[in-house]
Amino acid sequence: MASTLDPRRKRSTIVRPGDRIFSGLSTSAGILILIVLAGVAAFLTIEGIPGIFASPDDVKSGQSFLPYVWPLVYGTLIAATIALIISVPIAIGVALFISHYSPRKLGQVLGYLIDLLAAVPSVVYGLWGIGFLAPNMAPIYQWLEDNLGFIPFFAGPASATGRTIMTASIVLAVMILPIMTAICREIFLQTPRLHEEAALALGATRWEMARMAIFPYARSGIVSAAMLGLGRALGETLAVAMVLSVSAGTVTANLISSTNPSTIAANIALSFGEASGKTVNVLIASGLVLFVITFLVNFAARAIVDRRKEFSGAN
Amino acid sequence: MTTLTNPPGPAKTPGPVDVHQELYGARLPSWGPRAVLGGAVVVAAALYVLAGVNVMLAALIVFAISLLLPVWSVVVEGRRKATDRLVTVLVTSSFVLAMFPLFSILYTVITKGTKVLGVDFFTFSMRNVVGEGGGIYHALAGTLLITGAATVISVPIGMFTAIYLVEYADGNRLSRWIRFLVDVMTGIPSIVAGLFAYALFVLFFGEGVRMGIGGSVALSVLMIPVVVRSTEEMLKLVPNELREASYALGVPKWRTVSKVVLPTALAGIVTGITLAIARVIGETAPLLIIAGATDSVNFNLFDGRMASLPVFAYTSVRNPGVPPEFSIDRAWGAALTLLLIVMLLNLIARLVSYYFSPKGER
Repeated sequence: MASTLDPRRKRSTIVRPGDRIFSGLSTSAGILILIVLAGVAAFLTIEGIPGIFASPDDVKSGQSFLPYVWPLVYGTLIAATIALIISVPIAIGVALFISHYSPRKLGQVLGYLIDLLAAVPSVVYGLWGIGFLAPNMAPIYQWLEDNLGFIPFFAGPASATGRTIMTASIVLAVMILPIMTAICREIFLQTPRLHEEAALALGATRWEMARMAIFPYARSGIVSAAMLGLGRALGETLAVAMVLSVSAGTVTANLISSTNPSTIAANIALSFGEASGKTVNVLIASGLVLFVITFLVNFAARAIVDRRKEFSGAN
Repeated sequence: MTTLTNPPGPAKTPGPVDVHQELYGARLPSWGPRAVLGGAVVVAAALYVLAGVNVMLAALIVFAISLLLPVWSVVVEGRRKATDRLVTVLVTSSFVLAMFPLFSILYTVITKGTKVLGVDFFTFSMRNVVGEGGGIYHALAGTLLITGAATVISVPIGMFTAIYLVEYADGNRLSRWIRFLVDVMTGIPSIVAGLFAYALFVLFFGEGVRMGIGGSVALSVLMIPVVVRSTEEMLKLVPNELREASYALGVPKWRTVSKVVLPTALAGIVTGITLAIARVIGETAPLLIIAGATDSVNFNLFDGRMASLPVFAYTSVRNPGVPPEFSIDRAWGAALTLLLIVMLLNLIARLVSYYFSPKGER
């Protein structure tokens, strides 16, 4: 945000000590952030590398790193993907409702209600998942097994407690809904008013207006919102750790049984307390894997947002 | 909504013209949607009361009956209008669907959490408590200390970075990188932040380190990007005229920033910081890793394990002991307390931004 009037050029060569201190402070704060991010990567690598190369005898699981981490990566990706599939259409619908279907004044209040979902701590989501969602989902899983058992996802045997990867994914979907809704809402509201009015004036119904004016304009925004949601879902720890009943090393397409693959984050949370020696390094190394995955997802999402900024008229 | 579906037909004989018939195609009566929705709710409520179907099924029945509206519409109004009505039903029900977990969570936490709330619950720790009794005093103290320290670390770094980005950087390469990486940093999983703090502290204190301040460092990693972003947005909103007026009076840049720009944006900055605190105060994973769990009160951030509300709720559910119900009740109580704190912080943030932001022309 350059001021139109650049003081440094207008001013004579006097540089006051206050100025120098202040600009030094703020510049170093900015650089410190770069150092912190580099530090996160560096320290995880330093502590993680012994874990990657640890011999199977030194770690609790008795496996070398790759076979140990692969089911976790699989579980992480499966849970996050299902959460995304559930959440994206709902987020678009909610955002559209708030931005274009509800009355303008009501829209702000409704947006605030959705933001409240973002304020709920993850441990509360976990408790809700165990205490409310899982027991209520159990009969549905039984029904799915009885009627749709021929699909590998619902092969069963259905979990009696309901603490399946499907339940975990639903909790994740609720948790990532607010951020995706917030971004979609912002972008839908930025659609040029003239495009919308032109569509309506040509006789389009409200839905046709949304399809012809809003969605083309918002497409990249929706994609990046989805990827940010994916990043959140990949890294969410406690809700999954509490809800999911885990059996180590499982890789299965079955979504409703009681043997589920864990996720990286949940596995760290569950095992870190009792871990010692090389096991700690293995866990940190799996954290490094998670960090790399989420970093790439977020990097891609932000790159899409930034590219959009450059050639959209709205900014 | 006033859509011309039919072009004005061929000229008819003059006479008393029904303009409505002339200009518009057939439409559902304006009470149509409301009637369908009302009917759906009545039917579902009747089934709920009389046949005892559960709430989820009742909601599904409302949704199914609402789908009659597009069917009715396709008969009367044609396909395009019917699609529009169908989408309206879908969009509205997606919002209702999204509201369902919110109210379900609030209801569950409040009904289960209020059982244990009381003076004892807030003034006792869990030291030497087996079974009934005990409280969250130690966890509450730990949460406030750890989050407080995280705020003390994050706010100066975050604010100065935002000042650098807005006032000093002039869009140079460094600032673009900082902005981009701050955005990426918002996406760091909280557990990774915890592992970072652990890996950092292990270098100095050896294996198995557990410290409150480590939790603060981990929370800072999560909090700094939020503070930077919100402060940056607020500083950008300060009109350039104010800066220029200040320069014109011969005020040096650093005094302009600290006496003119920051006070103008203060309400917004405070709002952003409060929301950032609300975001990190509920974080569990990093504290589980680096701050650990304990049953005793610990006021020293630099010495040993420190309990916190989210970790307390988690461990109470995870290792409830025998009999389990007391511990699980306490977990709900802790969750309710945490939820109240977060909601309170959100409310404060809204109030600050409502009452203290400068009233400019809009």
